Amino acid sequence: MSDPIQINSDTCVRCGACVPVCPYSAMTQAEGAVPTIDLKTCALCGACVSACPPQAIAIEPARKNEALDSFKNVWVFAEWSGSEFQGVTFELLGKARTLASDLGQKVVAILFGAGVANRAQELIAAGADEVIVADHPALAVFQDEIYAQELRQLCGAHKPAIVLFGATTLGRSLASRVAVPLYAGLTADCTGLEICPATRQLLQTRPAFGGNVMATVITPGARPQMATVRPRVMKALPADPARTGQVVLAQVAAEVLKAKARRLAFAPDTGTKINLGDAEIIIAGGRGMQKPEHFALLEELAGVLGAAVGASRAAVDANWIAYPHQVGQTGKTVCPKIYFAFGISGQIQHLAGMMSADIIIAVNKDPDAPIFKTATYGIVGDLFQILPVMTREFRKALGK
Amino acid sequence: MHIVVCIKQVPETGNVRINPETHTLMREGVTAIVNPFDMFAIEEGLRLKAKLGGRVTVITMGPPQADAAVREALAMGADDAVLISDPAFAGSDSWATSYTLAKAVQKFGDVGLVLCGKQATDGDTAQVGPGIAAHLDLPQITYVRKIDAIDETRITAQRLLENGIETVESALPCVLTVIKEINEPRLPSLKGKMAAKKAVIPVWTAADLACDPHHIGLEGSPTRVAAVFPPPTRQGGEMLTGEPETVVPQLIEKLREALLQASR
Ligand SMILES: Cc1cc2nc3c(=O)[nH]c(=O)nc-3n(C[C@H](O)[C@H](O)[C@H](O)COP(=O)(O)OP(=O)(O)OC[C@H]3O[C@@H](n4cnc5c(N)ncnc54)[C@H](O)[C@@H]3O)c2cc1C
Ligand SMILES: Nc1ncnc2c1ncn2[C@@H]1O[C@H](COP(=O)(O)O)[C@@H](O)[C@H]1O
Repeated sequence: MSDPIQINSDTCVRCGACVPVCPYSAMTQAEGAVPTIDLKTCALCGACVSACPPQAIAIEPARKNEALDSFKNVWVFAEWSGSEFQGVTFELLGKARTLASDLGQKVVAILFGAGVANRAQELIAAGADEVIVADHPALAVFQDEIYAQELRQLCGAHKPAIVLFGATTLGRSLASRVAVPLYAGLTADCTGLEICPATRQLLQTRPAFGGNVMATVITPGARPQMATVRPRVMKALPADPARTGQVVLAQVAAEVLKAKARRLAFAPDTGTKINLGDAEIIIAGGRGMQKPEHFALLEELAGVLGAAVGASRAAVDANWIAYPHQVGQTGKTVCPKIYFAFGISGQIQHLAGMMSADIIIAVNKDPDAPIFKTATYGIVGDLFQILPVMTREFRKALGK
Repeated sequence: MHIVVCIKQVPETGNVRINPETHTLMREGVTAIVNPFDMFAIEEGLRLKAKLGGRVTVITMGPPQADAAVREALAMGADDAVLISDPAFAGSDSWATSYTLAKAVQKFGDVGLVLCGKQATDGDTAQVGPGIAAHLDLPQITYVRKIDAIDETRITAQRLLENGIETVESALPCVLTVIKEINEPRLPSLKGKMAAKKAVIPVWTAADLACDPHHIGLEGSPTRVAAVFPPPTRQGGEMLTGEPETVVPQLIEKLREALLQASR
């Protein structure tokens, strides 16, 4: 049988453009010769095909799948803030364990940072069999280009079958930049991941159209299968400090560190103690709050419950609270255990951001407010009478 | 500076439903709008032009009716618009979409800044902006809330992260994705509307962009939608009634279990 990928020596101009773009280093070229392809490492991804100016390289589409089985293991990109791991990292490791055992493969965590190698054990305790650490001063904070180049390089060298990221600002900025040069499939914001028993492909389920529709996405003919996963949906495993695993230090090549953008400054958000995305409980207010001062009432209840404060767009547009607190289609998508909606009518654009909370509690004076159709528990009444009682009673109930 | 704004026509969120029998999208009677985040991108493009001079070109990839979206941007004040449309683009996922849009940006040859919305409200992927940057090997600044400084060669912008605000400096050309906080989009003027109505919108096809046929549309898309189905319905709507003093203890009783878990 002919090779699944071929270079036409009549049209090849020997320019060598295909050699550096190959993510898998499968191409070599002797001075002035037609490049050669190592079929054992070639992933039939197509990077060379589009890089070739005279279009002299062709892949037989029907045989694209031949190289897929050489991709192995489930990778989790560990999101390290400089001082701690994002919670979603542990959730991903928990999920990756299930996927890897269904495949009979390993869970590999990828850790970038400066002086982070000693944190690898935490990832092993959470389910990783192996941790690949790129420890370098230039990786101290997230930088889109450098992180993407290093991760692309690691994927090219190790050929993972699956790569998971948290659907955070960092994960969403990074994943696409890695998937593009690898010709990999990428599914955003997944809420369900499973291995199809028949095809061994990753079934990636996610909401679309503001949560009105669910879709299951597959990557049939390309690897890795990459996905960003919504925080707080998957379950982390209880940490097992006795678990053992391998820690591998990765090289960080000078090439990788070239970047045209760089961080100048970072101003941590000191006002909010708990970030919306991480919050187990969210206390949100809408136009019914009437005045910016009244948000202090929500803050108070939030303090009692260890909750974060959210808001509808109406409240943000009125400048009662800052935009980072906005929940909904043009704000944040959140998934807490409990979501309190005070004086929020429940328009679809707001629901799109909080519909997947475990429990929704709505307080609204209008018995016909649409929020009551979505709420687990609804209370019809004046929030200004109910809220203080709630704060008092919760304080009592929690012994605070 | 030549600023290109990528905009997408999306269905108005509230209207999209799944036909429970056929499990297909019901598109009848669904109004199409410009993706809300892209309105901020258009506005920012217009403001930057006012400051720096140059021109703003709006591009969209979509079916012929996506023409309405770019006309809206023209009415707001964009100088030019291009509709990227070809049956061969049908079925593009974010890989193929960003490839095609990158080809269009390349075709202009003189683009200093590419502006995208943070994400489109239909797919909600937030992948196309960084994807365009990756295809063109350009730097990117995502989730931009404010542009602090810009000249012909450099930009400094603030991006909103989960835990604070990061200031990033980048060489131009560069790809930006913007969030709502960045500005307040203007309404189209009457004169703008009239001009937009009459504008002739060029259509670029796969051949015009010299696209690799294997990298566009369904064939060029590594991902496939295997199934669509309606979301699990929330059963809910238990109403608690009475005075606050009786209702609140009822609620706390119901929440006891969840609260214990949440405050582990
Ligand atoms: C493109 C687009 C994107 C959008 N994105 C978002 C988004 O991301 N997030 C978002 O939230 N919205 C978004 N919206 C806006 C959304 O459609 C609604 O307008 C908004 O959510 C309404 O906010 P609200 O519920 O606070 O206000 P309203 O709809 O005005 O509701 C206020 C509610 O408070 C109740 N109330 C008043 N006083 C009291 C009282 N004393 N006690 C108890 N209840 C009281 C009223 O009965 C009413 O139900 C978007 C809209 C569009 C078009
Ligand atoms: N078909 C398209 N045509 C033009 N721009 C697009 C298209 N799809 C996505 N974009 C741009 O990419 C951004 C992110 O889209 P998405 O990755 O689909 O969430 C949008 O806000 C647009 O700016």
